[in-house]
Amino acid sequence: MLHIINKSPLSNDSLGSCLRVAAPGDILLTEDAVYAATVGNAFEGKLREAMGRFKVYVLQADWDARGLGDRRIEGVSAVDHGGFVDLTISNNCCQSWL
Amino acid sequence: MSEGAVKKFMFVNRKAPYGTIYALESLEVVLITAAFDQDVSLVFMDDGVYQLKKGQQTKGIETKNFSPTYRALEGYDIEKLYVEKESLEARGLSEDDLLVDVTVLGRAEMGALMNEQDVVLSF
Amino acid sequence: MANIEVGGKSYETDEEGYLVNLAEWNPEVGVYLAGTESVDLTDQHWEVINFLREYFEEYQIAPAVRVLTKAIGKKLGPEKGTSEYLYGLFPYGPGKQACKIAGLPKPTGCV
Repeated sequence: MLHIINKSPLSNDSLGSCLRVAAPGDILLTEDAVYAATVGNAFEGKLREAMGRFKVYVLQADWDARGLGDRRIEGVSAVDHGGFVDLTISNNCCQSWL
Repeated sequence: MSEGAVKKFMFVNRKAPYGTIYALESLEVVLITAAFDQDVSLVFMDDGVYQLKKGQQTKGIETKNFSPTYRALEGYDIEKLYVEKESLEARGLSEDDLLVDVTVLGRAEMGALMNEQDVVLSF
Repeated sequence: MANIEVGGKSYETDEEGYLVNLAEWNPEVGVYLAGTESVDLTDQHWEVINFLREYFEEYQIAPAVRVLTKAIGKKLGPEKGTSEYLYGLFPYGPGKQACKIAGLPKPTGCV
């Protein structure tokens, strides 16, 4: 399953809840959720721990818009909008967490 | 709409009832979905478990108390109601505090159940 | 929005003729609303109307037709829990028409 998160984990618990209950799969971070994938953010440890079970992606446009440059945690992949579509196709189901 | 394959729909409710419109919107979508004879599951986790808290009295906030409607779901053949265990415990609640019968699931069981679905809608 | 006059009192209705404030409903208003739907109320009609009012009181929604039919069958007997019976009483639909007469909102899931 592809889990799509769009809120920063530092002000909203969607990503935390997703990591708590979701079975292994793909996670795409969009909009403010991309901050979760930055080196040195308070959620970094939890994301790194979850990366053993999940493949984590960030949406490149949202990443760039926030000026995050080379701060991406190693092992997190960036995808463009075409890559986003590919992820929704390669997974049988998507869940957009609110 | 009896033709076509039955799909597994899951509604994931994670918001408390009155602070935002999500809980009520979800309930309305669920009731409409019931007309299409699909396999519907409802999940209550995080603050969503507060939607099922017994004893809601909304007169003072001049808002419709829709909590009795959860008890109507059975009549709509929606009988798969799941609550995540840690969310319940984190709020000092137990099954006895809830106004409908639910199945309490641990996080791993919940994750597995989500993965079985054809459509997951989050509220 | 519109208003109806019943027994010298004014009641607010929406553009489809449903009562806006269901707490204002009384049997006299029910009779009036039935008149607007060209339904002559018999004891059988009242059974359904009262059932709907009780259902709403308990669950805070107007039931979908399928749900109403099943519940009526349970409460009033299987011969009444059929859509033939209910449509016989309320030709334009038990959900829509009976709910209106009972002072309830239009059923959720009325598609």
